[in-house]
Amino acid sequence: MVKRISAGLSGIYLFMIMFFLYIPILVMIVLSFNGSRSRVVWGGFTTEWYGRLFSNVQIREALGTTLLLAFISALVATLIGLLAALGISAMRTREYSLVMGVTNIPLLNADIVTGIALMLWFVRFMPLGFSSVLIAHITFNIPYVILAVLPKIRQMNMSIYEASRDLGAGALYGFFATILPQLAGGLVSGFFMAFTMSMDDFVVTYFTRGAGINTLSTMIYSEIKKGIKPEMYALSTIIFAAVFILLLIVNFVPDGGDLKDLVE
Amino acid sequence: MNNRRNTRVLLSGPYLLWAVGFTVIPLFVIIRYALTDETGAFTLNNLFAIADPINLKATVFSLEIALMSTMICVLLAYPLVLAFRRLNLSKNRFMLFILILPMWMNFILRILAWQMILSNNGILNFILGKIGIGPLHIANTGLSIMIGVVYDYLPYMVLPIFNAVAEIDEDVIEAARDLGGNSLTVFRKVIFPLSLPGLMSGIIMVFIPSMTEFVIADILGGGKLQLVGNIIEQEFTRSSNWNLGAGLSVALMLFMMVSMAFTMKTDHGYGSDGKAGAVW
Repeated sequence: MVKRISAGLSGIYLFMIMFFLYIPILVMIVLSFNGSRSRVVWGGFTTEWYGRLFSNVQIREALGTTLLLAFISALVATLIGLLAALGISAMRTREYSLVMGVTNIPLLNADIVTGIALMLWFVRFMPLGFSSVLIAHITFNIPYVILAVLPKIRQMNMSIYEASRDLGAGALYGFFATILPQLAGGLVSGFFMAFTMSMDDFVVTYFTRGAGINTLSTMIYSEIKKGIKPEMYALSTIIFAAVFILLLIVNFVPDGGDLKDLVE
Repeated sequence: MNNRRNTRVLLSGPYLLWAVGFTVIPLFVIIRYALTDETGAFTLNNLFAIADPINLKATVFSLEIALMSTMICVLLAYPLVLAFRRLNLSKNRFMLFILILPMWMNFILRILAWQMILSNNGILNFILGKIGIGPLHIANTGLSIMIGVVYDYLPYMVLPIFNAVAEIDEDVIEAARDLGGNSLTVFRKVIFPLSLPGLMSGIIMVFIPSMTEFVIADILGGGKLQLVGNIIEQEFTRSSNWNLGAGLSVALMLFMMVSMAFTMKTDHGYGSDGKAGAVW
């Protein structure tokens, strides 16, 4: 009986927290079907904004920039991060602590400090624009990849690689045949985490972008005062729904992926 | 063998260059700005500017918001993690799923949604009005900023604690029960102590960003309530006093490093191997 009650209470509490986490998302989804442009008036159900979405050049450009940034920065971060993790795991304790200390800086530093520091550095040798934002995103993404891959390297069986080398495989072939498959899970979670962080970033982008380029975040921020275009709600709902479905497949279809590694 | 090990270390070369170029040097650059005036002469005024009445007021307010929010996050996180254990979902991906998914609705839009929920003629007051309560005046207060901060950073508190608790061997808890411990004792003597590393990561991951927040305060504070993050941002976007902005950032960074060193000290044998990253 007591057990039942405590399980029931746990369920209710879980539901309340989920309600807290998802209520703003629900509000945005409802707004995307609002016939009125106002945020406070309900003007009847419409799918107009979804139709208009793709004729809005500004939004299309911002979406393109956001996705391109997220994709390239996550990809580059995954490559550099993988090599880094392989190297770091072979380091002696002192070097290891030093490098891991530096790796933690972007994670532990406040976004505003990271953004401003990079901006102050960039203006000395390059114009602010897509490339500066890209470099900034790669910079804060690499640590996520390293931290996702390092534990996998520790669990990895290095003797398989040594054996492949002893049997005459080249370093590169041995790597692709024996090491990479063992690290795939960590790499996927690292890449996905980096992609998410880049998509959701506002502060670092805001300080390093200069004029002329907009991601979805900076575009929304600049529209707050004059009113957000309802197309933006529609776009965000589409992105949210797409990722929701993707994650549902990856997480709950048996053997669909290894995203649990994200937390480990 | 040793040779191969050295070759492997070389693989981290690109990253080391990157980290020096875009993590270490920028820190020196911002410190340099912080320690000079517009003419380039050495000064400590930019750092001490944090003690100017307006800035100090914003800093203290930020500190209050950050401390309160961090505490609320801790208080919300533990029951959630325990509820997950209770419902046998600890080994499940469900937790990660529900915590990461909201990040795919744009952060600023989510905060704008809170503005609509909490505003004086917003959704919350509309519902409360129907059942004859209110209206509550939450909009543009510290409370509304705090709700936004807790909302945004709760996942960063829950995940590390969840991971630490999920790692606890069921046998250890069984043993505590068999020896006569009730639920409270088991939590106090077993679960809580073993969750401490996660708690420490969580506190750091919530406290630091909430202390330097400016977007949430901008939207939910109605532009009247200023956090120190808002002041720094304005030095760069409106007043264009980069040295002062850098000075305030560095002063804040120093403050957080000191408070973090303090937090780490109070925790036993944890901190040096970069476990803060264990959130992910």
